[in-house]
Amino acid sequence: MLSTHISLEDTPTLYSAPSSSTKRSYIWRLKVEQVKLLDRFSTSNKSLTGTLYLTATHLLFIDSLQKETWILHHHIAAVEKLALTTAGCPLVIQCKNFRIVHFIVPRERDCHDIYNSLLQLSRQAKYEDLYAFSYNPKQNESEQIQGWQLIDLAEEYRRMDVPNLNWKLSDANRDYKICETYPRDLYVPRAANKPTIVGSSKFRSKGRFPVLSYYHQDKQAAICRCSQPLSGFSARCLEDEHMLQAINKANPSNRYMYVMDTRPKLNAMANRAAGKGYENEDNYSNIRFQFVGIENIHVMRTSLQKLLEVNGTKGLSVSDFFSGLESSGWLRHIKAVLDAAIFLAKAIVNESASVLVHCSDGWDRTSQVCSLGTLLLDSYYRTIKGFMVLIEKDWISFGHKFSDRCGHLDGDPKEVSPVFTQFLECVWHLTEQFPQAFEYNEAFLLQIHEHVHSCQFGNFLGNCQKEREDLKLREKTYSLWPFLLDDQEKYLNPFYTPSSQKFTVLEPNTVPFNFKFWRNMYHQFDRTLHPRQSVFKLIMNKNDQNKQLEKEIKELESKIKQQKTRHTDTVLTKESLHCIHADSPALKPSLCFKKEQTLLPVNDAIRTIEGSNTADNRYSEYAEEFSKTEPAVVSLEYGVARMTC
Amino acid sequence: MEFAELIKTPRVDNVVLHRPFYPAVEGTLCLTGHHLILSSRQDNTEELWLLHSNIDSIEKRFVGSLGTIIIKCKDLRIIQLDIPGMEECLNIASSIEALSTLDSITLMYPFFYRPMFEVVEDGWHTFLPEREFKLLSSVTKEWRLSYINKDFSVCPSYPPIVTVPSCIDDEALRKVATFRHGGRFPVLSYYHEKNGMVMIRSSQPLTSTNGRRCKEDEQLINATLGPGKRGYIIDTRSLNVAQQARAKGGGFEQEAHYPQWRRIHKSIERYHILQESLIKLVEACNDQSHNMDRWLSKLEASNWLTHIKEILTTACLAVQCIDREGASVLIHGTEGTDSTLQVTSLAQIILEPRCRTIRGFEALIEREWLQAGHPFQQRCAQSAYSNSKQKWEAPVFFLFLDCVWQILRQFPCSFEFNEHFLIMLFEHSYASQFGTFLGNNESERCKLKLQQKTMSLWSWVNRPSELNKFINPLFEANSLVIWPSVAPQSLQLWEGVFLRWNRSSKYLDEAYDEMINIIEYNKELQAKVNTLRRQLAELETEDGGMQESP
Repeated sequence: MLSTHISLEDTPTLYSAPSSSTKRSYIWRLKVEQVKLLDRFSTSNKSLTGTLYLTATHLLFIDSLQKETWILHHHIAAVEKLALTTAGCPLVIQCKNFRIVHFIVPRERDCHDIYNSLLQLSRQAKYEDLYAFSYNPKQNESEQIQGWQLIDLAEEYRRMDVPNLNWKLSDANRDYKICETYPRDLYVPRAANKPTIVGSSKFRSKGRFPVLSYYHQDKQAAICRCSQPLSGFSARCLEDEHMLQAINKANPSNRYMYVMDTRPKLNAMANRAAGKGYENEDNYSNIRFQFVGIENIHVMRTSLQKLLEVNGTKGLSVSDFFSGLESSGWLRHIKAVLDAAIFLAKAIVNESASVLVHCSDGWDRTSQVCSLGTLLLDSYYRTIKGFMVLIEKDWISFGHKFSDRCGHLDGDPKEVSPVFTQFLECVWHLTEQFPQAFEYNEAFLLQIHEHVHSCQFGNFLGNCQKEREDLKLREKTYSLWPFLLDDQEKYLNPFYTPSSQKFTVLEPNTVPFNFKFWRNMYHQFDRTLHPRQSVFKLIMNKNDQNKQLEKEIKELESKIKQQKTRHTDTVLTKESLHCIHADSPALKPSLCFKKEQTLLPVNDAIRTIEGSNTADNRYSEYAEEFSKTEPAVVSLEYGVARMTC
Repeated sequence: MEFAELIKTPRVDNVVLHRPFYPAVEGTLCLTGHHLILSSRQDNTEELWLLHSNIDSIEKRFVGSLGTIIIKCKDLRIIQLDIPGMEECLNIASSIEALSTLDSITLMYPFFYRPMFEVVEDGWHTFLPEREFKLLSSVTKEWRLSYINKDFSVCPSYPPIVTVPSCIDDEALRKVATFRHGGRFPVLSYYHEKNGMVMIRSSQPLTSTNGRRCKEDEQLINATLGPGKRGYIIDTRSLNVAQQARAKGGGFEQEAHYPQWRRIHKSIERYHILQESLIKLVEACNDQSHNMDRWLSKLEASNWLTHIKEILTTACLAVQCIDREGASVLIHGTEGTDSTLQVTSLAQIILEPRCRTIRGFEALIEREWLQAGHPFQQRCAQSAYSNSKQKWEAPVFFLFLDCVWQILRQFPCSFEFNEHFLIMLFEHSYASQFGTFLGNNESERCKLKLQQKTMSLWSWVNRPSELNKFINPLFEANSLVIWPSVAPQSLQLWEGVFLRWNRSSKYLDEAYDEMINIIEYNKELQAKVNTLRRQLAELETEDGGMQESP
């Protein structure tokens, strides 16, 4: 990593940290000096001293080396005031992007003020008080509108060849009359008429009846999604049975279809007592019913908490790390989600069977499985734009409750759950197994995760499309996607090799040893835990360099051509002499040669080493700051600019 | 030939070979004195060419008259041979067993191997102590070479030539040797040019319960310190273990007798504990039926990564003393042939950029492992599939290589070699056609006349065609001290070795190739830009000249 980028790295995103030019205009609500920032893992209580500022949107710490740490209020998950020490009053801030900072404020009164302000600022009661409603990226109105139009789901369904002979657009939910948490535009089998839809929706939890999520053009098989049926112990619904028949019939290549209940069987059975439950195979013709056993949001929340707790321990031993990883169950859950997606993809690819996926309400596990399944099936979703479409389709439009799950507002903590984070982690595991299959890189996943929680853009606010429309998010806030696209250079995977075919199925191996702890997510701000040199960044730089070199070669070639034509035009007779010159560098003026040499873009121009210090690594107590040697940065543009003038 | 009596059935037809990543293949199995060969009859190509010495253990199974031999190799691969005929199968099995556990070193393959390549540079003479010393003597005169051990009489596990303080004469060394376990008196391991601090290593002092001391030993150790300087003694055993060692005549330096030194105890495991750790880890990696919880708990229970962390932490501590504290260090455990060498060699990799080059790393292995008397023959006799409970085997060098891999992974641009180089060394330390890792110390190698009778690994590796495979395309020489993170979150299972035969690395290999392509393409483009710029400059000057002339 370049030394000049260090401050950028610590301010996690370009957007959540105001640029230095706008910084000055911020009004400090609170300013406390002589605050200590402790190293999270240091056993020797090493710290940096600096000044803490509170703005309307951010908490800012500037240390004595003028390094800035920005924390968006919305990112704060918890603030904790610890018992007073001789050094001052400790304040621990935990963020949703897994940053944990530990301050020591000299005076208890100041600490109390910060604590109270943060509690207030990090927990908003109304959507209108969230950052997105005040964030102004200096776009004009038409840019704002265009931004929101970037992802068009109707176009996405057309890409899948829907509507077609078997699938149609239904206007049943135009006014959110049938299901409030579904989008307005729904695609259903052509054979499903209005009464079937209405009847089926009445038999499904929250009215979330079976609709099309993805259509596999090649296999003519569909992925549909819904919520659990209100079957109780014996209830049935003819319209719902018709609905499933219609889905089955819409697939001419197979006579049976799968119904995947993504819950553990026990959970599904327990639901029957509450008048809900799962499909009885006897009542539905030609279905194959399957449980896949992904745990619910509460289990997932506790699991992640446990994992973070273990990993936050100072002086963690290898043994405790692995037993913590095991007992948290986190990787087991990740594997369960991925296994379910693989089951789904296999049903489509190997059997050309359509699959109906549901869980309880059909907005958590169902979103995970449908989106990951299609990611395995269709290479489009492995591109940057395609991934945005996927999130927009299976998560945002189908009503994954982002605001509840991410705790955007001060609400029920039991609704918070890392369901979307798990999805991103599954994608990351796929990128690890298939390093060339994805156009985007890890930074893209991290950046999306950042903004799911930042409340800086409108995309993830609210719990469903209707709510978003009521909030007028499209007029009042900005969409994240155009900003990510503008910056896509940063998110490109240098190893990406686009597959020649649309349907290149990924077949991941889910043997346990293929699952690793995602350090770059859960320790993304703990710089000392990461490799000090990044192959990825180096190769990205080389790739950029290659593009510029290609451009330069073109320019040089055209210049040479011009020169040559001028030569032939003016002095035809000297042509032969010139040829000798070009081939024998020894004859060329030495001065010129030397000048070029110094201007060459140096092969190892970008050194990607970062200094580290012993304290970070906690070998022992006595440690001093490691003196960093400045990496030699010779930028290519510099060489080119000098060359041309 | 003396092997003939061991080979009861030299050749069996219709043998089916099963091995990782390849479809089963039928062919003819041949046993020679040193190899197990399977060639498919179709095009007479060899499908398998396995050194008997690479075989760690075998299992036989019978279903009717069809026998199956499962061969577990020291490089962790497992292959299966289906052999028709019970008698043939039994014969083959017993032959393999006998041939893979030959008692006499001189019967081993390196003594029979005739290289098919031209030796450009004889590896036996590539890393001579005198040459290494020349570098040192150009910066300091405080150290000298001593030939006191030229007939291996002072210390049987030391090389003939060692580096010791100039002010200590051979007579004193002789006395110190009697005070140190196995005669391993303190010698120079590394000189840190930046600040003149040194790392010395030895075995434990023989203080025993009565607190014996040795004036010469104290003098020697103090002679390595500058005036008024303090040093650190890093004992690779816990204080408890070190105290217990006194009952057996060993012990540790009493601070009262070595007032300028501060002693730090760090616990690095040895022998069967390490061997068991390896066995457990490999067992966990090979069982793909585990669920997530079981896998994680087995990975934890193996303790392999705990050992990695301990070793790296101790090496970093030594580096910290030298580079940060400006203090010299003495490192020893009990014999000074295992954990001591792990620490001294890793510390050099962290401190010294030269050790991160291919040549430098080879020199390091030569100096700190082979010449320093790490008993390769004993330690690498068996690998992860051994069921014999011999107590001398231990993956000490293997752990060292894994530690290097961990640092390489954290500093992927700072090493001239790549992962394949480390894997190659792992393989050759356990089974090889070269003589380099035979014997337990220089004295034994001398007696075996390895230099005359076998080929050095370095003669083969250092040929440009071989070397190419081991070059790290990302290498950019880096003069910094590279501090690795030893947090559990930063350490990883060495997949290239432990999962090598359990999962396909196709996609990872393709990505690696793509990376090389990008780097090569970059070089090409740069070369082209340079040529074009030159060409243009020429045209321009020529043009300028022509415009002036009319």
